[in-house]
Amino acid sequence: MSDNGAALLEVEDVHTFYGTIEAVKGISITVHEGEVVTLIGANGAGKSTTLRSIQGINRPKTGRIVFKGQDIVGRRPHEIVKMGISQSPEGRRLFSRMSVRENLEMGAFQRSDKAGIQQDIDRVYELFPRLQERRMQKAGTLSGGEQQMCAIGRALMARPKLLMLDEPSLGLAPILVERIFEIVREINHQGTAILLVEQNALIALAVAKRGYVLETGRVVLHDTAQALRQNEQVRKAYLGEV
Amino acid sequence: MSGRTGALGDAWARLPKRVRALALPVTVLLLVVLYPNYYQDVFNALGGGVTGQLAPTVPTMVVMCVYVIMALGLNVVVGYAGLLDLGYVAFYAAGAYIAGWFATLQFAPHKVHFLSVGVLPVLPGLHVNVWLLLIVGAVFATILGIIIGLPTLRLRGDYLAIVTLGFGEIIPQAVNNGDDWFGHNVTNGPNGLTPIDSLGFGVTIHKTFSFLPSSYRLEINSADYYYWTGVALVLFTLFCCIRLRDSRLGRAWVAIREDEIAAAAMGVPLMRTKTWAYAIGAFFGGAAGCFYAIFKSSTFPQDFSLNISIAVLCMVILGGMGNVWGVCLGGAVLAYLNYQGLEAVGNNLNHYAGTNLNIPQYTFGIFGIIIVAMMLIRPQGLIPTARRKIELEAGVEGGSLYDAAA
Repeated sequence: MSDNGAALLEVEDVHTFYGTIEAVKGISITVHEGEVVTLIGANGAGKSTTLRSIQGINRPKTGRIVFKGQDIVGRRPHEIVKMGISQSPEGRRLFSRMSVRENLEMGAFQRSDKAGIQQDIDRVYELFPRLQERRMQKAGTLSGGEQQMCAIGRALMARPKLLMLDEPSLGLAPILVERIFEIVREINHQGTAILLVEQNALIALAVAKRGYVLETGRVVLHDTAQALRQNEQVRKAYLGEV
Repeated sequence: MSGRTGALGDAWARLPKRVRALALPVTVLLLVVLYPNYYQDVFNALGGGVTGQLAPTVPTMVVMCVYVIMALGLNVVVGYAGLLDLGYVAFYAAGAYIAGWFATLQFAPHKVHFLSVGVLPVLPGLHVNVWLLLIVGAVFATILGIIIGLPTLRLRGDYLAIVTLGFGEIIPQAVNNGDDWFGHNVTNGPNGLTPIDSLGFGVTIHKTFSFLPSSYRLEINSADYYYWTGVALVLFTLFCCIRLRDSRLGRAWVAIREDEIAAAAMGVPLMRTKTWAYAIGAFFGGAAGCFYAIFKSSTFPQDFSLNISIAVLCMVILGGMGNVWGVCLGGAVLAYLNYQGLEAVGNNLNHYAGTNLNIPQYTFGIFGIIIVAMMLIRPQGLIPTARRKIELEAGVEGGSLYDAAA
């Protein structure tokens, strides 16, 4: 399908249920090494559930999820983190009573290389200088933008091959959204593949290389980001044009 | 500078930092350890007689030690990991019955002695070294904890509480009917197991170190020896709890307590981490049960009612969930009130005010009032942890345990 390198993650015809409700109805997506891929779509389209299925938090009923050549369906979340997938989850979900630094350390829970962890904490502080200023502060007392930075930083601490970001722009001022996405780009340039879930299609398609449009649990459209930006349907539904 | 003034304050400030830091803990420890030596003075200072009853006797202090150990153990489950366990008494029972089985005449005419101390060699029944039994009791409770924990810890919040409540009822019931398990009298049913061998160091050690009694039971001040043993167990428990709190596992517990889904997404293995909390809590519950059974030389199914689980939980809440010092204080205070304090207060009231009240009858009502009052006045507990203080003062943003759909 696409160009650079082997497929890092392949999701094939995954169906995921909450009880009897089918939230994801046969989604197939591919992320290649070093690529930014975005899932866009309205509320309830199944974007977050797709991420949770990949992470192993919700087990798909059928379908295959292949990461680095291994089927990971049925593996526990902590095993999947260890293999190299981490995420900044929907709603950020920071440990609000832990300090910023402790949150970052939690992100490296599966690692035991002390020196490497310290190195990565410094790297996160470099990306987000605000976090360094606030490192001793409890995460629950941070502003929305700082919390988002902390959540992304925490996900980076696992040293993932694939970083999944769930709505990093949610609830942030436009200027902060731009800042966050600049950093997303930078993280990608340092070699991490990114699977980006967004409602803000405009900015997501500006950063991503390819995109999938989800509607009620299905992929309805799939193309390069550039093509999607030109697409009539997408422009009407997600880019706010009339 | 501190608020102290004058020559004394200056002298204090000149002391090395290390000495100043150790001053308080060492003083408290000395006061605690020497209690049997000055109990009589406290009794007299309070005016002896009826008012003197307010001073906790040494046997009461032993019971307080037992409850502090249990409260610290439950604190690992409830305070650290945030798992509500209403059946903690099951582990207490497990420990107690280990002592009952392996240090009594229950299984006579079989006769097995293993490194037993202070037991006549002619005595039938199983008689294993009682110190060893403390460990065996704790380990047995741990295994029971893992067996109960593996299926139940998949549940969340309220559901876990209900299932553990069930197990807390099943164990005493099973023990109560244990005089006829498939035709075998295993637990002696409601009649309980008694007498249980006393703690002691055996004749050989006693000969070399005369301050170590061969058997506590043979000493006039046997309660003192049990008390010192209890204090040693409390110190061991405290040490473990503090080390655990600051460990990687301790951090994982905090993460699970705050947000289970986020913890899983960070790579915390949920089941393993929760089962560890449950097992470690069970370990101390078992040790406390075993020690208590040996102390009172008996164990009965009636000792393991739901009330105990609730009382221990009250101790944790009263003291301040998660804070070991608070939990120690809560355990000591409530155990004191339960075993002596309320009765003493009642006697004083009846004696001086001429009333005719049976205060111990209202024990759990009074506990209830204490808890409700605490929730209103100081919900974070007597000595709260910094984390919980923040939670209660500032509120917590984001996901709790219950809103996750998974």
